[in-house]
Amino acid sequence: MEHLLDIYRSMFTIRKFEEIASRQIVDERIRGLLHSSEGQEAVAAGVCLALDQNDYLTSTHRGHGHAIGKGVHINLMMAEIFGKVGGANKGKGGSMHIADSTVGMLGANGIVGSSIPLACGAALKAKIMGTNQVAVSFFGDGATNQGVLHESMNLASIWKLPVIFVCENNLYAQSTPSDYSVSIENIADRAKGYSMPGEIVDGMDPLAVFDCAKNAVSRARDGDGPTFIEAKTYRYRGHFLGDNPLRYRSDSEEFDWKKIDPIPRFRVFLLEEGGATKDELDDMELAINENIVRAVEFAKKSPFPSHEELEKDVYDNYPKDQLNRTVSSME
Amino acid sequence: MRTLSYSGAILEGFREKMESDEDVFILGQGVTNPWYVGDSMQDLDKIFGAERVIDPPVSEQGMNGVVVGAALAGMKPIVVHPRVDFLVMGIEQIINEAANWSYMFDGQISMPLTVRAIINRGGEQAAQHSQALQAIFMHIPGLKVVMPSSPYDAKGLLISSIEDPDPVIYIDDRWLYDLTEDVPEGLYRVPIGKGKIRIPGEDVTIVAISSMVPEAEKASNVLLEDGIKAEVIDLRTLKPWDTELVLDSVRKTGNLIIADAAWRTAGSAAEISAHVVENLFSELKAPPVRVTLPDVPAPASRSLEEAYYIDSGDIINAVRKTLDTN
Repeated sequence: MEHLLDIYRSMFTIRKFEEIASRQIVDERIRGLLHSSEGQEAVAAGVCLALDQNDYLTSTHRGHGHAIGKGVHINLMMAEIFGKVGGANKGKGGSMHIADSTVGMLGANGIVGSSIPLACGAALKAKIMGTNQVAVSFFGDGATNQGVLHESMNLASIWKLPVIFVCENNLYAQSTPSDYSVSIENIADRAKGYSMPGEIVDGMDPLAVFDCAKNAVSRARDGDGPTFIEAKTYRYRGHFLGDNPLRYRSDSEEFDWKKIDPIPRFRVFLLEEGGATKDELDDMELAINENIVRAVEFAKKSPFPSHEELEKDVYDNYPKDQLNRTVSSME
Repeated sequence: MRTLSYSGAILEGFREKMESDEDVFILGQGVTNPWYVGDSMQDLDKIFGAERVIDPPVSEQGMNGVVVGAALAGMKPIVVHPRVDFLVMGIEQIINEAANWSYMFDGQISMPLTVRAIINRGGEQAAQHSQALQAIFMHIPGLKVVMPSSPYDAKGLLISSIEDPDPVIYIDDRWLYDLTEDVPEGLYRVPIGKGKIRIPGEDVTIVAISSMVPEAEKASNVLLEDGIKAEVIDLRTLKPWDTELVLDSVRKTGNLIIADAAWRTAGSAAEISAHVVENLFSELKAPPVRVTLPDVPAPASRSLEEAYYIDSGDIINAVRKTLDTN
């Protein structure tokens, strides 16, 4: 039961975070690119719940959901999106580079496909040092046409790395439809070429994703090597906030996908079969909303980095004893 | 003390550093094969096992990404590209990931990565096996670039590179592999960012990079016969380079020659020249002179190679012209 509520909590947090963050474009609070993951929450929530805190994760430009799932504090995330010194990267990374080493979040990433071998490297470390950690790499359908994914899958396969490749197939790479750009119907079939399981999972069903990820994680921890997961999902918004997706897809397509929105469906499931009560879920939703509103307040209050910050951290000079920033020190 | 060759010194640096630090591992194409890396990695796989000395498939972008990820996860990886030219296939990971993460991560995590790439000019190997691309890496904030010219520095700079918390591009040159000199046993460091005066002099400063250092020394000896005292500086590190050492020397000599066996336009020599002119314009007796390769891809035929590559003769000519114009 508890993990069911955790999945819901995670999905609802991601949805509300994206909704509220997207609204901060008013008054130019946010000027950088924002890539909303609304619609894809079941994938991030389901996969991340199958991981331990010291497992590794690499992400994409659409990385807010993965960061929340992995446990990056939403105050740090919101302040980072605002470009403030209280952000996860002190305002030097922005939305596309949110990272938190203390929870194994090795960064969102602005280059399509580029973060995939990083997960293999983290997995290689786990293998060499025998730490039993696993690494997950999230990427979209667009990245599956990048050579580096294929290099990474081959390396992971021949070295039996404890890594899980999670393709969030949301049907569009920016505006390029995957039925044009991908040479096969199911991207997961590409896993055959690298002698690893290629699982197809309903990316709008968090429990299916969770189960699939759990199996892949056990396989990785048991030393049986990598798994490729293709989660069929959909992003509700355009590629980024300023992009109008109706230029390249139909409103009826959006409508059909929103009919199977994972959040209300899972809410009904929790009430009917999961033993949750309406009050319990209402309270949870209210609390999440309040937390995100507080994150916005935190981000607004946090100062912009001083100009002296500009040239710091190009090279290593960070006082490592200051890494463990606790939530209490942020409020 | 005993003497070691340049490549033998590199090998010893790898071996001693791997013995002392279990976080160090090597991922390198052909590291088990002398055809690719000479004797500079001989038997490391036998000593440390295939798990720490990995000879991967040809996948430069994947390899470079793997070492970046391993560094993010706390290891001190070394990736080896037997030609600088091959590193270019994976340069995306070096520029977009390795160089940026310290900054993008606000210094939360360091990137203790060593990228070793070998220049192997000549031998009619032509345009895709002979390139000297240090300037590309010198341009990128977040990277460090070292180019040792002697066996002692080859070992000491390798150890410093592996221990450094930032990504270091370590470029060695096959033309130097047979040089020998006294090299101490055991771990020692040559500081990154510090050049060295190889030959002191007061008439002209010759800043030389990597394989041009022995050529500059030859040139200096020839010039001495004419009573010209050339100061030879081995830059050793290109980023961050030792601006103080060079400026102090030019303050003394008023003349500057920069010898870099790489392309001319937007090259390392151009950067050094610009910096000196900006800072010491009024103290220069003549314009700085760059002794570089022409902006031409490396040719194959030996006759064209002869015309293409530079040596002590080019440095001597540059010095004579400069002093004549004073």
